[in-house]
Amino acid sequence: MIGQTETLRETEQPDVAPPAPERRRGPEEPETNVKEEIRPIVRYRGITKSFGSHQVLDRIDLDIRPGEKVALIGPSGSGKTTLARLLMTLEEPTSGTIEVDGEQLWHMERKGRLVPADEKHLHRVRGKIGMVFQHFNLFPHMNILRNVTEAMVLVQRMPKEEAEARALAMLERVGLQERTKHYPAQLSGGQKQRVAIARALVMQPNIMLFDEVTSALDPELVGEVLDVIKNVAAEGEMAMMLITHEMDFARDIADRVLFTDGGRIVEQGTPEQIFENPRSERLQSFLTRFRGRRADDAGTSAGSMTAAGRE
Amino acid sequence: MWDWSYAWSIVPELIKVVPITLIATFGGFAVACLLGLPIALARRARSRWISWPVTWVAEFIRSTPLLIQLIVLFYALPNYGIVLSPMTAGILGLGIHYSTYLAEVYRGGIESVPKGQWEASRALNLTKAQTWLRVVLPQSVPPTIPVMGNYLIVMFKETPTLSAITLVELLTTAKAIGSHSFRYVEAITLVGVIFLLLSYPSGLLVRRLELHLKRRERSVEAK
Repeated sequence: MIGQTETLRETEQPDVAPPAPERRRGPEEPETNVKEEIRPIVRYRGITKSFGSHQVLDRIDLDIRPGEKVALIGPSGSGKTTLARLLMTLEEPTSGTIEVDGEQLWHMERKGRLVPADEKHLHRVRGKIGMVFQHFNLFPHMNILRNVTEAMVLVQRMPKEEAEARALAMLERVGLQERTKHYPAQLSGGQKQRVAIARALVMQPNIMLFDEVTSALDPELVGEVLDVIKNVAAEGEMAMMLITHEMDFARDIADRVLFTDGGRIVEQGTPEQIFENPRSERLQSFLTRFRGRRADDAGTSAGSMTAAGRE
Repeated sequence: MWDWSYAWSIVPELIKVVPITLIATFGGFAVACLLGLPIALARRARSRWISWPVTWVAEFIRSTPLLIQLIVLFYALPNYGIVLSPMTAGILGLGIHYSTYLAEVYRGGIESVPKGQWEASRALNLTKAQTWLRVVLPQSVPPTIPVMGNYLIVMFKETPTLSAITLVELLTTAKAIGSHSFRYVEAITLVGVIFLLLSYPSGLLVRRLELHLKRRERSVEAK
């Protein structure tokens, strides 16, 4: 029901890619969207990304609705992390456009034309996006409380007392209210990642990107981080893009699952469709391989793997 | 040969100029620290119009002898109307010369900050300036402290070069004493001893600081 009707099948997309900056921003393009009641919070159009001669993303079209939880699965190197990094403005697209909340991210309008965005424009639009990284990237020279308050004070110009009150409330939500005076090096990986989540959440983004946030963790610490994310997801209003290898987690939390391979979105649908009834051969073999790997290291914490419902 | 009573008699005269040597050292070090940072930043600049000239000038200064730079500052600049006192020329010369070394130290410190720190700053929407001031520089400085300490000692030992521009520091004083009494051995030896007495403990101090920083880092990581 969700994500199906109004989501584009990117394989059928006409080529809108290369000189996208020239494209005028018309009224909502009628070409593909069947229904257009809700404006997507994020809209990728013809996004291509190459590093040198290596093409990582190939003409991606993707809409994410406000509050929607989208999980990205796929083999490493399939471009899913790059998709998030382009949105967080950590990488610049080679061609194509990204809209955030109805506004161009990498471009801005000048005399009716789209030109590359300047830092000021990026700064403004970027405020709607938050990200949690695989390696936490906490600030090691600041204690936990300051890690969380710093951006509220510097970016949102919030008075220190208010920022601290909010940070404390958020740290309590992730179960770390006892650790506010500690430094990141004194915490476990799971605790660090929960701080990183709190740090991103207090900025109240419209969409949060989770880039393999449990991949660097010891298996026994994965659960506490996933629980925090599930809690946040349950509140609903914030959209999420979850890049993950935790299939059970993706299935639990996602409204829609995308399978990427070779820089394309190969298949997408509800968790049931993707995990119980994968259509493409590539997804089938990915899930089979994945299940095989999980069977190998059975006994790791994160629960049983029941993804590939096909055999 | 060696006359102890004579040696003792000239000690006070030599001790009297130790402050001059220290002022030149610390003054030069301060200039080098202040100037080194913009050089390090400019060399990292994205625009080649900034990074290339700065790199080239810095390499030039680093690859030519301090003595020659001092002579230019003190004896050549007056031809262009810039007259510097020996102390000013000495501090500037030492400072400019060693700023090119300290710039390399800073660069190492800056590059030791992981890429993830920049990315996290970006994701939190900090501005470039905020990222530098709040995230990158505070993390770049501590690892450079021991190296900076070593450069301070190196600069201290370099101060006799300033005798070439008539600064009355230790070596100049020793030579003056020698030319009075025609006894150079005691005076010059004592200068060496004074340098040893000051730089050896400083070196130990720097090494202890280094160990302390390493140990703290390790203990924090271990927890």
